[in-house]
Amino acid sequence: MTAAAAFFYLFAGITIASGFMVIASRNPIASVLFLILAFVNAAGLFVLMGAEFLAMILIVVYVGAVAVLFLFVVMMLDVDFAELRQGFQQYLPVGALIGAIFLVEILLVVGSWTLDPGLVQAPLGNVAAGENLTNTVVLGRVLYTEYVYFFQLAGLILLVAMIGAIVLTLRDRPGVKRQNINVQNARTQGAAVENRKVPSRQGVEV
Amino acid sequence: MTAWETIGTVLLLALKSFVLLSALLVFIAYALLADRKIWAAVQLRRGPNVVGPWGLFQSFADLLKFVLKEPVIPAGANKGLFLLAPLVFATLALAAWAVIPLAEGWALADINVGITYIFAISSLGVYGVLMGGWASNSKYAFLGALRSAAQMISYEVSLGFVIICVLLCAGSLNLSRIVMAQDTSLGILGWYWLWLFPMFVVFFISALAETNRPPFDLPEAESELVAGYMVEYSSTPYLLFMLGEYVAIMTMCALGTVLFLGGWLSPIPFAPFTWVPGLIWFALKASFLFFMIAMVKAMVPRYRYDQLMRLGWKVFLPLSLISVVVVAFVLKLTGLAPGA
Repeated sequence: MTAAAAFFYLFAGITIASGFMVIASRNPIASVLFLILAFVNAAGLFVLMGAEFLAMILIVVYVGAVAVLFLFVVMMLDVDFAELRQGFQQYLPVGALIGAIFLVEILLVVGSWTLDPGLVQAPLGNVAAGENLTNTVVLGRVLYTEYVYFFQLAGLILLVAMIGAIVLTLRDRPGVKRQNINVQNARTQGAAVENRKVPSRQGVEV
Repeated sequence: MTAWETIGTVLLLALKSFVLLSALLVFIAYALLADRKIWAAVQLRRGPNVVGPWGLFQSFADLLKFVLKEPVIPAGANKGLFLLAPLVFATLALAAWAVIPLAEGWALADINVGITYIFAISSLGVYGVLMGGWASNSKYAFLGALRSAAQMISYEVSLGFVIICVLLCAGSLNLSRIVMAQDTSLGILGWYWLWLFPMFVVFFISALAETNRPPFDLPEAESELVAGYMVEYSSTPYLLFMLGEYVAIMTMCALGTVLFLGGWLSPIPFAPFTWVPGLIWFALKASFLFFMIAMVKAMVPRYRYDQLMRLGWKVFLPLSLISVVVVAFVLKLTGLAPGA
């Protein structure tokens, strides 16, 4: 067995095991931490396939940002998993249906690859034609040169979603005290401090 | 490749890692001492001066003290996570050094995506803090961990945009190539600190916030949170947190050296100066950045938390975002863009 195969089985095994532990673990914090372990090992699999840029982006985006927010929320919410499990029987058919659809879709994708290997090459167009490029360059050309309008469109949809979330949750409540940092910074010693001569045994009016 | 050759490569790599790690740890021991000495000098104190001549062995005495003390684990703590957290923190901080080119060709792993690797590894450091804070089962530790995580995520964003500015100029994600892109006949004037000066300032301040250094040491804030996420830690686990913190600071110094100060290049690009080994230039530049960080600690009062968040999201983020656009436009219009 070569080293690459050994590492593949190591990463893949840990990914599946930690993926199972995400749903099996009793402690929600442990679930999130296992999810992170699964992400990191998936990044390891990417590196083995030679997609090192994707691996690093997976870690930066999912592990470094998204999962941190998960962990944040789960730590502060004090989720009771026993309570969540109560509706397990009721939701089982829905979950099974979604799982089945997902499985069929993956089979279709993989099946179409095996039936027609040209499909994998088709979206790349003439980007990687015979040149010795790093996968960062190839990804950049596909996203920003070949499919730049679709990429911008996807970004726009995310922007709309973000603005929507902000509009839905932003309430302008009256009577809330706010700090205006510019006013605070504009204060000088002359405006903030007043020197007075205090007459003995009389004091001063403040 | 035969099995023996594979084993040989692995052993050589292990030996190199060991040499790098020991050199790095000794360097950090003295950086820690320098930090305390500089802080003391600014406040007209002497600083540690008892252990060894001029206190030179102070860090090693501290190391012994930490290792020999009893680790106290709180009764309500989640034992596994409590001990795992400092290990994760210190290991990740050290792992970033695998890709840093100390001199020409002197990187343990000269990978194509070196800069994203460092970015990814430093974004993982936040887990050590969060796990430690939560596993301690203490209000102070938990609040400190939440603050620290929010702060590290906020400043990572602007740090990322600063890095993108440098990448646009250098045209590569490989740290060695970024240094070589700064190798012009102008010497010190050709490095990116001058051409991207506002970004250098943003990088420096974000690096302070990212490593929880004063004036952004709010996670520790001893006057309100006692010591933040580290409050329940003692002996070796505490030592690992402390070590991880200083390693992360040195990583940021090294990253600043590579991105803005020309890495191993000599500031004056002709003979006697180019004879000096690149490693020495690299160490000098990293030490200079560390000196600046130490001076900031000694001189600047701590920020308020809302001011910190405002600075990160409302000042640095727009500033660095605009810079990315401006740098890209200038490179495109002047035709200076690499590979254009």
